[in-house]
Amino acid sequence: MQEFDYVRVQSVQEAVALLAGEENRARILCGGTDLLVQLREGQRQARLLVDIKTIPELNQLHYDPVNGLTLGAAVSCLRLCQDETARQLYPGLVEAASLIGSVQIQGRASVGGNVCNASPAADSIPALIVHRAVCRLVGPGGERQAAIEQFCCAPGKTILQRGEILVSLHLPPPPPGFGAGYLRFTPRNEMDIAVVGAGAAVILAEDQQTIRWARLALGAVAPTPLWVEAAGDFLAGRAADAENVQQAARLARQAARPIRDVRGEAAQRSQLVEVLARRALETAIQRARAAVH
Amino acid sequence: MSADPQDSVQEAAPAYRVIGTRPIRQDGLDKVTGRAVFGADVRLPETLYGAVLRSPHAHARLLSIDTRQAEALPGVKAVVTAADLPAITLEGDWGDNLRYQSQNTLAADKVLYYGHAVAAVAAVSPHIASEALRSIQVVYDPLPAALDVRQAMREDAPILLDTLRTDSLGQRGNQPTNVASHARFERGDLEQGFAQAALVVEREFETATVHPGYIEPQNASAIYQSNGQVTIWCSTQAAFGIRDDVANVLQIPVGQICVIPTEIGGGFGGKNSAYLEPLAALLSKKSGGRPVKMAMNYSEVLAATGPTSASYIHVKVGVDRDGLITAAQATLVYAAGAYPGSPLWGGMPAIFGAYRVDNLRVDGYDVVVNRPRSGSLRAPGAANAVFASETVMDEICEKLGMDVLEFRRLNGVRQGDRRSDGVPLPRIGFHEALQAARQHPHYTAPLGGPHRGRGVACAYWGNHGGKSSATASVHADGSVSLLEGSVDVSGTRTSLAMQLAETLGIPLEAIHPRVADTNAVAYTEGSYGSRTTFATGWVVYELGQKLIALLSERAAILWETSPDQVQFAEGVFSHKGGEKRLAFKELAARLDETGSPLMASVSLAAGGAGPAFAVHLVDVEVDPETGKVQILRYTAVQDAGQAIHPGLVEGQIQGGVAQGIGWALHEGYVYDEAGRLLNANLLDYRLPTCLDVPAIEPVIVEMPNPRHPYGVRGVGEIPIIPPPAAIANAIARAVGVRLTQLPMSPGRVLAARLARDA
Amino acid sequence: MNSKPYAKKVQVQAQINGEPVEFLCEPRQTLLEVLRESLGLTGAKEGCSNGNCGACSVLLDGVLVNACLVLAVEIQDKRVLTIEGLAPREGLHPLQEEFLRQGAVQCGFCTPGMILSAKALLDHNPHPGESEIRRWLAGNLCRCTGYEKIVRAVQAAAERLSQQEAAVEVKP
Repeated sequence: MQEFDYVRVQSVQEAVALLAGEENRARILCGGTDLLVQLREGQRQARLLVDIKTIPELNQLHYDPVNGLTLGAAVSCLRLCQDETARQLYPGLVEAASLIGSVQIQGRASVGGNVCNASPAADSIPALIVHRAVCRLVGPGGERQAAIEQFCCAPGKTILQRGEILVSLHLPPPPPGFGAGYLRFTPRNEMDIAVVGAGAAVILAEDQQTIRWARLALGAVAPTPLWVEAAGDFLAGRAADAENVQQAARLARQAARPIRDVRGEAAQRSQLVEVLARRALETAIQRARAAVH
Repeated sequence: MSADPQDSVQEAAPAYRVIGTRPIRQDGLDKVTGRAVFGADVRLPETLYGAVLRSPHAHARLLSIDTRQAEALPGVKAVVTAADLPAITLEGDWGDNLRYQSQNTLAADKVLYYGHAVAAVAAVSPHIASEALRSIQVVYDPLPAALDVRQAMREDAPILLDTLRTDSLGQRGNQPTNVASHARFERGDLEQGFAQAALVVEREFETATVHPGYIEPQNASAIYQSNGQVTIWCSTQAAFGIRDDVANVLQIPVGQICVIPTEIGGGFGGKNSAYLEPLAALLSKKSGGRPVKMAMNYSEVLAATGPTSASYIHVKVGVDRDGLITAAQATLVYAAGAYPGSPLWGGMPAIFGAYRVDNLRVDGYDVVVNRPRSGSLRAPGAANAVFASETVMDEICEKLGMDVLEFRRLNGVRQGDRRSDGVPLPRIGFHEALQAARQHPHYTAPLGGPHRGRGVACAYWGNHGGKSSATASVHADGSVSLLEGSVDVSGTRTSLAMQLAETLGIPLEAIHPRVADTNAVAYTEGSYGSRTTFATGWVVYELGQKLIALLSERAAILWETSPDQVQFAEGVFSHKGGEKRLAFKELAARLDETGSPLMASVSLAAGGAGPAFAVHLVDVEVDPETGKVQILRYTAVQDAGQAIHPGLVEGQIQGGVAQGIGWALHEGYVYDEAGRLLNANLLDYRLPTCLDVPAIEPVIVEMPNPRHPYGVRGVGEIPIIPPPAAIANAIARAVGVRLTQLPMSPGRVLAARLARDA
Repeated sequence: MNSKPYAKKVQVQAQINGEPVEFLCEPRQTLLEVLRESLGLTGAKEGCSNGNCGACSVLLDGVLVNACLVLAVEIQDKRVLTIEGLAPREGLHPLQEEFLRQGAVQCGFCTPGMILSAKALLDHNPHPGESEIRRWLAGNLCRCTGYEKIVRAVQAAAERLSQQEAAVEVKP
């Protein structure tokens, strides 16, 4: 393991100051489940690790009907998955978080860390996209917000500026008729990285048949998690039937730009996108209907 | 036709007292409390930590290695390269073998695979050791690589080993080549056999390189004293094998080396030969005799320790209208890795081993490629071979509309039939296993849903006997210490102690078994080839008989009679025709009165290993849209001979099947075009998790091996053989596509399904 | 703040297996390395070193973690439970007993991590079904057993623990 120093900070300001001052050689340590592997294998370099996981602001997990869910960037997947409100209102996100690694990983890994690691295959990001999450960032220049779909810019790269950290994620409250789901395809049943991931959310009209609004997002088929706007645009105002869902899935397949790597072939990914997009939409619709009852 | 099992005379099973019970294994307590000492748990004062620099190229000339910077690093105590290894001057094949072993330890003038060891360092901390590796400068001249067998066999292929010449059916070639050898089994008239066939099925197969995948990486600690004595602690299946490897690589006499085998975190064939041990010894020598501890990380395990061969296999089988096999032919081309020695010896007898074939030819080619030197993996070479033959047999059954078990009943080998290599089979339990499978509820249970299928596959495995040794001492409290030369990889301390307890008529708790180091017991082959409970068990039986004879002499002294007047039964010595009796424990307490303490040793080379047969049933469900295969139910029937400890036998069956499931569906090396291993970690080299294997039901059939005192057959290897074929056959029945490549990954299943529909 | 404010070696205080422990470590040393090499607690095993095999599983403030993915400096003021601390002063934990009885141990290398994962599960849910057991053990690779006997051992231990609890409840 490369040599580095370690400091635990108790406030966002302290973290920002350290990260801004260390000439890019400081890195944020949260759960460490990605970072420590990357440091050990030399994929990332660091001279200083800034441990942010005990900053109170990064550990918020609360819901209110006006502002929705506030998810501190350091909240572990395990804590999120055990939160009853989150399970009920943000099923897509909880499903995604429950798929990130083993129980051992979930106890350490945070959703914020999964987002900042910016893997094209990150499970949480498509789910956050369909839940319309907004990132709250704090840096030397102050505070700003960014939509989750704008957060990643390349594999392993985000919009975070030097010294800037992700403090929390904000998910609006689900409106009536809302349903969401996330699923992924992996060769093994757990302990694997998505070959393709798909998140979907819909809002159904009172008739439970018409889709008022929909979002579809994909993982592992582009350099960053991919929001398929065309699929949502297509579905808005249409009947929640098999034909339209299938058409939306085809649009997802068209939007995907998969590559071949150690985990799958490009053609296989294209086929999977269509299947998974359809299944994710079906789950979202089913949940939206169940939520009304 | 020979008799069906129900017609055969079943000898009454002997009534055993200890054999056949399920005691808690003796090593268990230390393992559930964390006290068991595995190789990397060995702690010696003043230990240095070793690490290995490995090649990033699949094939390259080594132009220079500059270690000066590493040597100058504070905390670094020794650096070694191939220049520190003695030259091996022995001529001939054996000399070549030793040179290969030496070059695989540290590359000399060429690196032959991604991960090939180039240099090693010892430092005061593992972190400094890895920093030192980064400061070693190696200049490579990359060469084109030959990664798969068919590429390596081409005339214009890059040559790995300049001196290699093909040994073809005993004739030595005269051209540089990557084909190390060509072997053949042949009998009958193949052409005539195929001419008689009403149906011929001919298919080609490819299987990936897979790894034993033990969870514990290779490790070694060594002290090389100034008087030349070397002590090595390591996790190995073969303490004597490691001793001999180290002696060969370092060119020192075996008597100077003592290997102390620790607990071993899985081996499955992969921990039979040395990787780190000679390096640790050499580094210790160079650092003034300080202990050097080395442990691989898992990337090194996958990239640089023996996986089993990738293969290309061609199979052609003909049957008559009734389904009787008229001819069978196979060609097996196995990737040896960087040096010759792929397990053709396992694959060639196995491919048609379960069948009576009068017209037969099996050709095998051992081909070197730019991948790590292949090693053994549980029934080496057999699972991939049987994947090919058993899927062809299944296709024949499907085409004939014949019940798959009826086909095996018709064609399956029986006692007296000849193996593929010509040797007649002794008493075997194949047909009893087939019958047990047919009678099992699984065979006729409804599948219960769409896209589901049931597959069946059978296997033969020869098992191995060989040389073993053990020593026992009798203590005054009636207990017996058992020092045995076999490393315990599967609970054999318990299964051996059980056989000794049975022989001596004493409780199992009175036996204290222990795996001995190489200075404490005579030569013993490694714990491979499903041999330990059989061969070392036989040693232990003979040892028991010897102790009984010696104790009878002592009883004779006490009773002032001659030893032939002492008889022994069920743990009690008695005076023939007299009243005097001494239980084993009572006699042990009185040994002092009879002179000296008492111990005995036995070594033997066991022949007569009984062949094993297995019949597996599996149900799968295939997601037709993603190609993902879920295993719903698995039943593994096996002739285990007399099961000494049925719980341990079940464990071997379940573990072997799980490993076979991984081979079938998930596992396989992925290289890029340049020969770099892309999945050298346990995330992308996918061992099955507990969510990927179902509850595997073992069904033990006991057909005692007539050549063993307690009827033992080897059980450990055969369970890995049928799963890939059985699963392939189940997939074929579920979605109508026959897979011809391993692993049968979701992508391949999906592609095959889409290709069929197109 | 001076130019090099962080000491190369850091002093850490924590509680390990119920005992207060103090040690010096480099920030780059993992909890696994310190447990095994500095503190002599070799029950946690090093398998893959990157969180994929679970052989180094320990409980950190009651949460199941891979000790290879935790820096030793991160355990300051925390409680660690390793396999060495699981058994009561006399005898064994029911999980340990059932792993023995059900034949869930083969080579034993995955066993400490497996038992601690099962312990974390039973602390979380004393009455898990088979699928929940399998999900909780999915982060612990075993190459020997095919998992079946391990799952049975966890089921048997869960039953015994709940019987023990029931027995405690009926006591006056």
